[in-house]
Parts: sequence; C-alpha cells; structure tokens
Amino acid sequence: MGKVLMKGNEVIAEAAVQAGCKYFFGYPITPQSELVAYMARRLPEVGGLFLQAESEIAAINMVYGAAGTGVRVMTSSSSPGFSLKQEGISYLVGSELPAVVVNVVRGGPGLGNIQPAQSDYFQVTKGGGHGDYNIPVLAPASLQEIVELTSEAFDIADRYRTPVILMGDGMLGQMMEPVEFGERNESELPEKKWATTGTRGDGAPKIITSLELNAEALEQRNHKLQQKFARIKENEVRYETYKIDDADYIIVAFGTVARIALNAINKARQQGLKVGLIRPISLWPFPEKPFFETRDRVKGYIAVEMSAGQMVEDVRLAVNGHAAVDFFGRTGGVVPTQEEIYQKLLSVSGGITV
Amino acid sequence: MLEEIIIAGFGGQGVMSMGQLIAYAGMLEGKGVSWLPSYGPEQRGGTANCSVVVSDEPVGSPLVTSPSTAIVLNNPSFEKFEHRVRPGGLLISNSSLVTRASKRCDIEIIEITATDMASDLGNTRVANMILLGAYLGFTKVVTCDSIIESLKKVLPEEKHHLIEVNKQALNKGASMIPVIGQS
Repeated sequence: MGKVLMKGNEVIAEAAVQAGCKYFFGYPITPQSELVAYMARRLPEVGGLFLQAESEIAAINMVYGAAGTGVRVMTSSSSPGFSLKQEGISYLVGSELPAVVVNVVRGGPGLGNIQPAQSDYFQVTKGGGHGDYNIPVLAPASLQEIVELTSEAFDIADRYRTPVILMGDGMLGQMMEPVEFGERNESELPEKKWATTGTRGDGAPKIITSLELNAEALEQRNHKLQQKFARIKENEVRYETYKIDDADYIIVAFGTVARIALNAINKARQQGLKVGLIRPISLWPFPEKPFFETRDRVKGYIAVEMSAGQMVEDVRLAVNGHAAVDFFGRTGGVVPTQEEIYQKLLSVSGGITV
Repeated sequence: MLEEIIIAGFGGQGVMSMGQLIAYAGMLEGKGVSWLPSYGPEQRGGTANCSVVVSDEPVGSPLVTSPSTAIVLNNPSFEKFEHRVRPGGLLISNSSLVTRASKRCDIEIIEITATDMASDLGNTRVANMILLGAYLGFTKVVTCDSIIESLKKVLPEEKHHLIEVNKQALNKGASMIPVIGQS
C-alpha cells in the first residue's frame, strides 16, 4: 500500500479496523472527532457497525454489551468525555471484558479547552473509576507507532480479558505524518469461551456480570484480578531509551512530549551535555527496569510532561531516592518547547562547562 | 537538511493546504515530514497556521516555535510570526495584504504581491500557490513537480481541472525569485 499522509485520529481508526475492530460506539469531541467521523465512513465498508451514541456514558455501555459477545469493539473520546466513561470502564474490568478505549487528552480540569495535554495520566494509570483495578495504557509518540500499538491494544485486551487504554494528546490526534499499514502479526489468542453468544441448547447459560454480593466471593474475584494485573506487569511493559548509556541526566517523557524532548537532547548533546531519554510506552505497567539500571550511576532525572506533574510520581517510585528527580511541565494546553526543555536541562545540570 | 516552516494567514487563504502539499511532496521524495495545524477555537476572519517539518531524517518535534521559514499571508500573521523566524531564516510575506515591512536585518525577506498576481491569473484563491512557488524557488526544499504530483493525489477527480491554474501559479511564484535576487 505504501506510505500515506494521514491525521493521527484517522490512523487510530484505520489501525483499529485493520486489527479486526468492527464495532464502534462513540460521541464526537474535539480534538478526536476525526476518529469518530472516519469510523462512521469506514466501518460500513468492512461490514461493521458504527453508532453515534446519545452520550459518552451510553457509548461505553454499548461497548460493554458488544464486548460481552466476544467481538472486537472500541470507543474513543477526549478528557471530559473520557471522564464520563469511567463507570463503564470499571464495569468492563469487573466483568473481565476486552475492549479498547481511546483518550485523546485535552487541557483540563473541567471543560478546559481543546489544546493538547497529558493531565489525564493519573486517571488512566491509577484507576479512574471505582474499585481496585489497573488497566494497560499505551501511549504512542508517532503516527507509525499508533498503527503498531492500536493493534497490540486489541491483542492485550483479548489475551487478558481487560479493557486497554490508548492515550494520545490533541497534537498527536491532529498532526499528519506518513504512515504505512503493513501486514499485521496475528498473535496466538485464547478462544473466547466466555462470550455470551447464545447456548443453542448445547450448554449452561453464560453470565457476564461484575456483581457479587457475597463478600468472600468478591474478595476471591479481586484476588484473581490482582493475579491478572501481576501477569500484565510481568509481560506487557514497553519502553524505549535513547542515549542513556553514558548519560549524566535522563529526561523521562512520553507521547509527543518525548519527541520535543528528543530535539532538546540532541541540542544538548551537540553542546557536550550527556543527556538521554527514557520514553515509557506503556504508562501502566510503568517501566521500572530502565530506572533500576541507571539510577545508581546518573546524576538525575527530569520528568517532562504536559501536566502539573503526574508521571513524575511514578518516576520517583522507580528511582526510590537513588538519584535526584526534577520536573518540568506546562499545563492548560500549552505545549513545552524544545528551548524550554533545553533551558531546564541547563539549569538542572548546572550548565555547560567546557 | 532540516526545514521548519510556519505558514499563517486568514482562514480560507489556503495556508493549511500549502502545508499539507509541502508535507505530501516531501513524503513522495522520501523525506521525513510532519504537518501540525493550529486548531484552537478559531473564528471566521481570524488567523490559522500550521507547522511543517521537512527533514532528511525522521522528524523529531512536529511543533515549530522558531521557524527557519515563515510564510505570512496577512497582517495579524506578520505581527505574530515575524519576530519568531530564527536568525538566518526566511520570511515570505504576501505584500498585497501585509502592509508592514520587516525591520529585521538578520533574515532573508521576500515580499510578493501574491493576491494581486493571483487576480491577474484569474483566480485570487491561488495566491497561496504563488507564495509556495516562490518559497520552493528560493529554498528548493521539494520540487514543484512533486507538489503537482501531490495535488493530483489529494484533489478528487472532479477538481483536476484546477491543477492547471495551480501549476501556473506555482511557476509564476518560482519565476519571481531571480527577479528578487537581482534587486
């Protein structure tokens, strides 16, 4: 097919279709509306179903219903709309249903604005809805990576019977970049024996529910869920590093911010500053290993985020006092510039000594 | 080569399409490209702009704050971006509508009466392509042929009759460069 120039939101949609997602329930909201529009046009072409729900709450519950039949299903929104989906997401976790939920994050809190932000990090990585749970969260930094991670999001969802969140920001959703849709790697996935597709008289009825009124039984279910989360932590960590081997300072950034940070790092390297990058790709499970490997030899880490400082808490947990952890962030939809990050590097490292 | 461009003007002047064409053409030539629109709560008659990066390597940040080139199509865009062009960079302004002249001595400045020239071609809407032609004539970031090739791919079949006037506008813009060079 070769390379095509597409918007990030459209790439998420096309990648989902190519991953076998045939059902989409959503409600438009800037800056992710192109995703909804693309699905409306595209899904009928592949024999799928697109439905614009009356609200985000309705959409996530339609996802719940479709997921119960074992089909690949997705919904997407941006921050305020994503908040509305939390109850449904908690139900998906409690009922162990696979689905992909996209959050193209915008400035908050409240109605906020429509500019890029990463300030939903706590919400996506620490629960968001009620109950004890974690959800795998994937954060692509480029449009090509969206293709790969959207596909993986569906596989992870099916493998562990869990919702998976794909988190981008307004910039990633709105930008255009060349992408190539290659052959998908079909992975070995468990059969969906739990799906409620009708018994046809050949077995007992199947029940999908998150309700369990017996306290001991619900605790047992929680133990089972925790074991699953532990397996995900074991197997689904993803990250990328750049020039950390000789680095004195390491910037930690994810998504589009990591790309801006990369420019700042290259500039600093030209000036002789030894700086590297750790880019978490899975935000939960958070990649601890690259910190364990570097925390006793680097002088410090700088978390850079489009928030007032959320991921930096996971960085501090991973570094656990072995090195200094600094932070630089912009909020409200303001995107940190390469120059600002570079200046932060200079101030943290004490500047360039020649 | 790393070219970081900001193109800005009124909504409707075709600044977004200019950026997309450069990105598309760059992709056809095998370069690393990105296009990022400003997508704030824009209003009719307000300014719109986009960041375009064309590079020999994969693109790092798609967000351009200090452009190597700014192409401004109206006064508000001139006000906003003239001072942001990095030293040694290039400012192209549509002097049919931009009434201020830049006082900067550390950048190249190209002024083109693009809207008037487009009017001479019989279609004021191709003013953007005249500016694009001048930009490419000066910097050679991508070829005009690649732009035409991109137009063929981007425009639906029923709009292909517009390719000719776009081509004329591109060439007219590119032909301004030697003239400017002599002055």
